[in-house]
Amino acid sequence: MATKAVGKAGAKTGGTGRFSQDERRRDSDHVSFLKHRGFRWLWIALLLSGASIAGYLLIDQEPRSNGGTWYGYTLGTIGFGLILWLSLLGVRKRRINPGAWSLKAWTSAHVYLGLALAVVGTLHTGFQIGWNVHTLAYVLMLLVIITGIYGVIVYATLPASLSANRKEMTRAQMLDALTALDRQLESAAQPLARGEADLVIAALKQDVFHGGVLARLTGRYPRCATAIAMVCLDGGSEAEKRVEALLVKRHAQLQQIRGALRIRAMLEIWLFVHIPLTVALIAALTAHVISVFYYW
Amino acid sequence: MGEIFKVAIIGSGPAGLSAAARAAALGLSHVLLEKTDHLSDTIYKYQKGKHVMATPSNLVLRSDIDFEAGKRETILGIWDEQIGGHKVNVKYMAEAKAIRGTGEAIPGSVQQIVTRARDGTKNVTELQRHAPPYAIELTSGETVMAENVVLAIGTQGNPNLMRCPGADLPHVQYQLDDPTEYVDEHIIIVGTGDAGIENARGLAEDPAQRNTVSILNRGTEFPTAKAANVSALMADHEAGKLTVRNESETKAIEPGFITLTTRDGEIRIPCDRIIARIGSAPPRAFVEGCGIEFTSEDRGAFPRLSPVFESTAPGIFVIGALAGYPLIKHCMNQGHDVIEFINGNTALKPADEPIIAAKFASLPGNRSTEEWLEFLRAGVSILNGMNPLQMREFMLDSEAKFYAPGEVIFERNAPGSSLFGIASGSVAVEVNPADPSITIPIEAGSIFGEVGLISGRRRGATIRAAEDTIVVEISRLAALKLQSQVPSAKTAIQRISIERQLLQMFGSGLTREDVAPLVEAARVEEKRAGEIVVTEGADDKDIFIIRRGSMIVEKQVGEKPVFLSYLPAGSYFGEMAVIDGSARTATVKAAIKSEVIRLPGEGFLALLDKRPALRERAMKDMAGRRATNAFIESRKDEFSGAVDLYSQTAQFLVDNGIGEATDVLLIDEKLCIGCDNCEKACADSHDGLSRLDREAGKTYAHLHVPTSCRHCEHPHCMADCPPNAIKRGPDGEVFIDETCIGCGNCQRNCPYGVIRMDAKPPKKPSLLQWMLFGTGPGPGEASYSWRKKAAEKEGGQKAKQAIKCDMCSGIDGGPACVRACPTGAAIRVSPDKFLTFAKLTEDIE
Repeated sequence: MATKAVGKAGAKTGGTGRFSQDERRRDSDHVSFLKHRGFRWLWIALLLSGASIAGYLLIDQEPRSNGGTWYGYTLGTIGFGLILWLSLLGVRKRRINPGAWSLKAWTSAHVYLGLALAVVGTLHTGFQIGWNVHTLAYVLMLLVIITGIYGVIVYATLPASLSANRKEMTRAQMLDALTALDRQLESAAQPLARGEADLVIAALKQDVFHGGVLARLTGRYPRCATAIAMVCLDGGSEAEKRVEALLVKRHAQLQQIRGALRIRAMLEIWLFVHIPLTVALIAALTAHVISVFYYW
Repeated sequence: MGEIFKVAIIGSGPAGLSAAARAAALGLSHVLLEKTDHLSDTIYKYQKGKHVMATPSNLVLRSDIDFEAGKRETILGIWDEQIGGHKVNVKYMAEAKAIRGTGEAIPGSVQQIVTRARDGTKNVTELQRHAPPYAIELTSGETVMAENVVLAIGTQGNPNLMRCPGADLPHVQYQLDDPTEYVDEHIIIVGTGDAGIENARGLAEDPAQRNTVSILNRGTEFPTAKAANVSALMADHEAGKLTVRNESETKAIEPGFITLTTRDGEIRIPCDRIIARIGSAPPRAFVEGCGIEFTSEDRGAFPRLSPVFESTAPGIFVIGALAGYPLIKHCMNQGHDVIEFINGNTALKPADEPIIAAKFASLPGNRSTEEWLEFLRAGVSILNGMNPLQMREFMLDSEAKFYAPGEVIFERNAPGSSLFGIASGSVAVEVNPADPSITIPIEAGSIFGEVGLISGRRRGATIRAAEDTIVVEISRLAALKLQSQVPSAKTAIQRISIERQLLQMFGSGLTREDVAPLVEAARVEEKRAGEIVVTEGADDKDIFIIRRGSMIVEKQVGEKPVFLSYLPAGSYFGEMAVIDGSARTATVKAAIKSEVIRLPGEGFLALLDKRPALRERAMKDMAGRRATNAFIESRKDEFSGAVDLYSQTAQFLVDNGIGEATDVLLIDEKLCIGCDNCEKACADSHDGLSRLDREAGKTYAHLHVPTSCRHCEHPHCMADCPPNAIKRGPDGEVFIDETCIGCGNCQRNCPYGVIRMDAKPPKKPSLLQWMLFGTGPGPGEASYSWRKKAAEKEGGQKAKQAIKCDMCSGIDGGPACVRACPTGAAIRVSPDKFLTFAKLTEDIE
């Protein structure tokens, strides 16, 4: 009995139990996906790229460097495997159990190996470019990588401004604040003359989410009825002054909501290109692989 | 005077109904007195359609009326029907005002009733008890006579009534069943306790109801409400949803209007309805007036009862929630049993007998349940003061265990808040983790594990049985109950804990004799959050040990206080001033509500003189602390920005309750892209409901504290859980098990708002089905409408239960929120590891 107990204690302090796992988590350094494990995946990606380039330069390929040599096939297989694995991030993100996965580690690997793919893929072409399905796959791959680079840049730079814009408010609270202002505006605007009242009504009636993609991304809403009403009211009477003050508040609240929308749009828009292109890339890649084997 | 009943039962809740049904079945002459015009008022007042649960599931129901989990309406319907079927003699609208014996004065039986005034003065009145039969005076002026009285009135008490002119008008009410019932009304809420605030917010919640809601506050503060409720109320006030009228009192009420006295004079405003939530008079005064003694002056104390529920007034029995049993099944069983006892059936075993017998089944020795209870009571010194009924109840929340020599009872660093008593045998404490052969014995009769109980922290040492040992493991709840019931147990536990804390802290060289004078002089003091214990520059000379809670150390550098360090429970402070006689070098204040042990400096110095090894050790600790302080101070000159950031961030985290956390989710908003994958992963790991709200919560310097469980050292949610469904798991997580009855107490008690009440939704179609064919709502928590629709297809929504973070207990890899964060923004930390200079100024990008 005693030995069994000792064994159990040993296992706990030895580092496989949940407690030691939790302690490691609580002890671990707090770093971003780019810095994960001391840039582990950056080093692996550099190694892969370096080895690919060295192989390309040192191995004598006959009749010339080309996807069809044994080295070309090797690079092609590595590239194909990488593309399939990189595209699986979308599945891993949505399925974190079962298994002790860390999405941060996956993102880190995704970023650096994705960048290495540009090197591997380019060497695989042997710099033979033409108007065919093979080049289509290559170009699609480059586009996916370029949109990915945009993604990394916005992920690294925008979150702080998203947080600053939020000022501890949730999205629902921002909309609630707007509703509260609207209610106050509605009653404050009762004494106004017809023309001024119409301006306020127009502001209240306008959809908070009006404006297209461009407005979302730039944060500029030239047809904003609240801004127009703010300019047109000149604050003569007591009532007008109150309404104007409320309109200023409403505009500020709208600006906050729009700021949040803008930053989120910038953080998300590239995915609407990155992912469809990835699907297209996999289709083109399949065609490329099949045709290569068909005409072998 | 009319008939003298054999038994009068007061209160027609589950306990009273069951008792009345038993009396009717046995053919005893009886009467059931109910103050309203319907049975079981507390359950009657539950909100419509509320699912009533039946826990504990292993307890058999012993009653003449049926009860199983179900909707409020179904249960009340069955009870009405069965009470009718049993021909129970119910007297409605019969509220008992006083009960007094009409027989001869019982010699020597005098009840002392202590009433405490607001200013703290006590007033003692004496009451001579009289023998049965009892006269029960009703508020209607009638009197009911009975030989025995069963008191089953629960703990709700009667609401305090308004006293201004017009308070008796029909639009003044003391209860709000359904806030959505009222539209287009001017409603005034009187009283700013939690009930009043919740009512006011409920009525103003939906603008479509167009209610004009005001809440009256006598002063400007909200001393009786929870902070979360107050801030929500103020937010609603700011948002224009309702009006908070401070320094206002009602002067007069008339149909359609109310007159208020305010700071600026009287005002008369429209008012269609008044809801007064000004507290309720606890039934204690009434109960004491019947000659029933309570176990202590403690507000939470219960009446002193014999094993057959008889109180100190002979012939008056107390059962149900008033006797300390809040669960319906317990109440109904007691109703049945108490009538059997009154009818002379003394051989009846309580319904929980099989549960308790099972606890002793694995012990060697072949004793009966009664013998085991007596064995534990006599064997463990802190249990000596208990009676058999208390022991029985105590055992329900405790476990008896046998350990062979060498077997581990608990391990160092395991979480645990239970207390152990050694009934026979002895145990060995491994005081040195590096060398398990060094042990200290603890003998039979004594206790161990008290540090976990008091501080809420992990076990400090591994403990093994030294010989064949029988221990009783007392759950935290049972230990707290024991301390309030048996004052001598409380002092004993306190003394032992102080002694052990001293021995453990200052190393193995000390003996009990060494620290005895210090233990004698030690005082336990409670500190409010933010209360200063030691002031920088002062020249007092005491030493402190943090018994529970935590402290922060600050130093004035230039104009600003700089945060130096965080001290968790179990640490000591104040030794520098004692050892070198200097003034206090820093200020120490409580991060949360805490308890410290104050030791006189001279006693400590005397101990140092006697034990040079201890002096050396203390000097080493002191040098370490000096170095940390000096490091931060030197940084202050060079990198003042970093020190300010560290100091202010640490203060922000402490203000947001991190000081009492054991494992808390933080989000670094320099990395958070707002994808909510943490919430989605949480929902997908736990029955499709997320237990965290990423966006909500405070932020400082891009460090965000989301609404998510902190797994507090002393969880507030555990305070009042009727089925004891909230527990601390093997990895330190605080979780709610499946016995939750959905009462919502934990949700109200949590100061951080991390518990939600919701129904477990049906299973979603798989991820593959969603990705390929778009079936189902996709990853993350499904929308309410999807959950409702899917549940209806499966035959209706499940009952709402409390759900909260369980730290992904049992899930490989640990918390899904952290693992599912793509950028590394989500981290889970503990305060003692995270509130350091290095961590808070870490360069993350």
